[in-house]
Amino acid sequence: MALEYDSLNENVKKCQYAVRGELYLRASELQKEGKKIIFTNVGNPHALGQKPLTFPRQVVALCQAPFLLDNPNVGMLFPADAIARAKHYLSLTSGGLGAYSDSRGLPGVRKEVAEFIERRDGYPRPCASYLSYHSDPELIFLTDGASKGVMQILNCVIRGAGDGILVPVPQYPLYSATISLLGGSLVPYYLDESENWGLDVNNLKQSVAQARSQGISVRAMVIINPGNPTGQCLSEANLREILRFCYNEKLVLLGDEVYQQNIYQDERPFISSKKVLMDMGSPFSKEVQLVSFHTVSKGYWGECGQRGGYFEMTNFPPRVVEEIYKVASIALSPNVSAQIFMGLMVNPPKPGDISYDQFTRESKGILESLRRRAKIMTDGFNSCKNVVCNFTEGAMYSFPQIRLPPGALQAAKQAGKVPDVFYCLKLLEATGISTVPGSGFGQKEGVFHLRTTILPAEEEMPEIMDSFKKFNDAFMTQYDNNFGYSRM
Amino acid sequence: MRRFVIGQAKNLIDQTRRRRPQPHHHNNLRLLSLLRPSASDSTTVSSPRLFSSSSSDMPGSDSSSSSSIPVTLDSINPKVLKCEYAVRGEIVSIAQRLQDDLKTNKDAYPFDEIIYCNIGNPQSLGQQPITFFREVLALCSHTALLDESATHGLFSSDSIDRAWKILDQIPGKATGAYSHSQGIKGLRDAIAAGIEARDGFPADPNDIFMTDGASPGVHMMMQLLISSEKDGILCPIPQYPLYSASIALHGGSLVPYYLDEASGWGLEISELKKQLEDAKSKGITVRALAVINPGNPTGQVLSEENQRDIVDFCKKEGLVLLADEVYQENVYVPDKKFHSFKKVARSMGYGEKDISLVSFQSISKGYYGECGKRGGYMEVTGFTSDVREQIYKVASVNLCSNISGQILASLVMSPPKPGDDSYDSYIAEKEGILSSLATRAKTLEEALNKLDGVTCNRAEGAMYLFPCINLPQKAIAAAEAAKTAPDAFYCKRLLNATGIVVVPGSGFRQVPGTWHFRCTILPQEDKIPAIVNRLTEFHKSFMDEFRD
Repeated sequence: MALEYDSLNENVKKCQYAVRGELYLRASELQKEGKKIIFTNVGNPHALGQKPLTFPRQVVALCQAPFLLDNPNVGMLFPADAIARAKHYLSLTSGGLGAYSDSRGLPGVRKEVAEFIERRDGYPRPCASYLSYHSDPELIFLTDGASKGVMQILNCVIRGAGDGILVPVPQYPLYSATISLLGGSLVPYYLDESENWGLDVNNLKQSVAQARSQGISVRAMVIINPGNPTGQCLSEANLREILRFCYNEKLVLLGDEVYQQNIYQDERPFISSKKVLMDMGSPFSKEVQLVSFHTVSKGYWGECGQRGGYFEMTNFPPRVVEEIYKVASIALSPNVSAQIFMGLMVNPPKPGDISYDQFTRESKGILESLRRRAKIMTDGFNSCKNVVCNFTEGAMYSFPQIRLPPGALQAAKQAGKVPDVFYCLKLLEATGISTVPGSGFGQKEGVFHLRTTILPAEEEMPEIMDSFKKFNDAFMTQYDNNFGYSRM
Repeated sequence: MRRFVIGQAKNLIDQTRRRRPQPHHHNNLRLLSLLRPSASDSTTVSSPRLFSSSSSDMPGSDSSSSSSIPVTLDSINPKVLKCEYAVRGEIVSIAQRLQDDLKTNKDAYPFDEIIYCNIGNPQSLGQQPITFFREVLALCSHTALLDESATHGLFSSDSIDRAWKILDQIPGKATGAYSHSQGIKGLRDAIAAGIEARDGFPADPNDIFMTDGASPGVHMMMQLLISSEKDGILCPIPQYPLYSASIALHGGSLVPYYLDEASGWGLEISELKKQLEDAKSKGITVRALAVINPGNPTGQVLSEENQRDIVDFCKKEGLVLLADEVYQENVYVPDKKFHSFKKVARSMGYGEKDISLVSFQSISKGYYGECGKRGGYMEVTGFTSDVREQIYKVASVNLCSNISGQILASLVMSPPKPGDDSYDSYIAEKEGILSSLATRAKTLEEALNKLDGVTCNRAEGAMYLFPCINLPQKAIAAAEAAKTAPDAFYCKRLLNATGIVVVPGSGFRQVPGTWHFRCTILPQEDKIPAIVNRLTEFHKSFMDEFRD
């Protein structure tokens, strides 16, 4: 055999990605056997019945089949604003959806992204051309989903095991997996569950000091805002502290902001790291290096299957941008239809457009329902025995803590499983609910969680939470009792 | 914690590095062997080609450094600095600047448009997509169309049937959902059936990994195979620079084998053996052999007999065969036929246990040329299940490839059949594109061979011509004075005089002392005569200027 397991790249073997790990594989097996599985392991809204927004799908369908635009009957199937928009995007390409674009993405779409960022952050585009823009299309790269962007940036930053990246724990395992694949070192900082997954800058300082004392050069920090899997939204004051910290410690800040549309409370609306950085003024706004990531997979769009995203770099020297461009060019270009989805996301129908009302109705409907589901889920978990759960302020996940009794820990050990994996497997077998064990995201030692998305259809939610509660409470009773008996 | 321990060792090393300038890799290797006790000690590895461009100073990146920002050119991953990808390199940047300037400054140039012959991007040069494929994609993009009666007036009936069939294979008909990380199972079934029909040997849908174009598949395999510069990959020279770039990014060693230009870019087994031994003697473990068939940039189509010898060589030497077969539909000469390596291996009686083989396919090439879709797959055979699990895991970190690319990949492997509503128009479109490509290849090849000091093998397949230019000494001296490779010098002159963008042979590597360029055969047929004229005129004046 030409290729033995032993001879594979160690970094590949070390890498772990729990979102599609043991639980998911078992769930797929059960599904094949005919069991009804509720996949709440991945933030994949359309897989759980969320309908795509109509307008963007119309525009992209027209771009897929541009010959329709010449057909006199096209108006029978498509509204005029979708037709106009399809023509607009096709005019930005050189050869439609079938041609490679610039490796950074279509310049016209990158311009629309830059304008979106300026509108979102309240930095309107200056009229005079000599004034510098708040957001520069040349520093925006479109990608096949946000993950590809994260990989590109980390590949640029990590030179070897001596380079450390500060990552929140619990974290979205893309970060641990990518750092491991690239042979770098993950430097954890713990979010405080008792403070609603708050980020305490003193913790950061400790993590950095500890890593440095171990000889690691800490080079970058990751924040996920709103949090995945933890669902918290960072306050402006907190973001300021983080940016000041990055300035003092000379860290690149990677701002994972893919859930910026997914906010379910009103006290802390989403505020971008870029805006806070610009508001802080010099020297911070001129020196802190920031990369912000966004995607079409989340928000009320949920267009995961398109693989569309972007990242924006701030304060990156032109020669470094050149190098990142070079690496992007090896992959030729991100897929063009997802680039158009991105254009549509940052530039949705406006009041007065034919499709505006429908678009607004659809997007509001999705967000309001998600808000209700976030609440049903948190309340459901908190009504269960030995389960406590912070409210999902944003993103798409609930991350309850499961207080496993010693009997369960023992049973897990006997079964050769990590305790939360053991719990999640039992949950899956009993109810068909496919979750991800907290150990896949990292958690404090001896504390156990699971992650579930809040994406199952709203009408199914009460039943799911009932079946969860029934399972959990029986599980807790069983293992509490077992333990009691064994002690006797 | 283990990470921290490794980090500690590495950081000590970094500090040592920082104390002295470190222009080459020998130290790296010694230091690496500290980190990897399994790596046998070696101080002799050298691959001058691969390391020649590495001249980065070692970074000082922690807070003691004087730089005020963390990520600068001096402190980024040196592997990133080292990799090169000429297809979109300097010449293309110049071309883009010229194109911008042309808009406002038309009179300043002796041409009125830039013609991009640097990259195999057919639809950017006016090639039309296959109607049936796009109909299906449009219907899958906006599935509500399937419920409208007006749709039947605008779409072919078999495209509607096919869209339904595809949607039925997608859980919940959700084209906006992440799929299985290998790709949607039903689409992989269609691809496996297509491979079976092509080869006459069975294909297993579980062996298919769908990817965003063929390139991510190549990266995945490199990531798996390469642990350090002691791992080597045999690559053809000239090669498509995806391979050199990916090997550099993953920190491995490219082990070159030279194609023989005199015999139509022939692949000699004796050359493979020689290079393999040479690499071994330098302490490199060669892990895989990359073969591009039909060849890029060289356009040759391998004979079946040659392929058998290659398969035997890989089997004997225990190499993974990485078969880049993205140009399988692009064969232009009646005396050659495409044979997949899997078919060749199976017809020799070799099964799963005998040879590890990865075949790459893409929707960007062929007669479809759907580059912007980023679709492709690799068929992975002859690997143990624990290795395949690792491939799956790496694929899963990126979740999945884009769904319209997946749908299109299944369509190109299962196009309309005789009797289908779209069959006749599909065949007409396909044949039209392929026969026109053959004509263009022939016309350009003949024109190039007429130029003084230029010889050009025919493009038996793929999308490129790779002529050899015998540059006069004077031109070489002028290039040296301009601090540029002689072929890049020629290509820049060509661009400035004609607006034609080609890629210098040095971007693909070539036998030292020979000079080439790569030119696609993709400009539309009606533009070819003008291109030939401009090229001929330019070449004549270039030779007049520099003739020794």
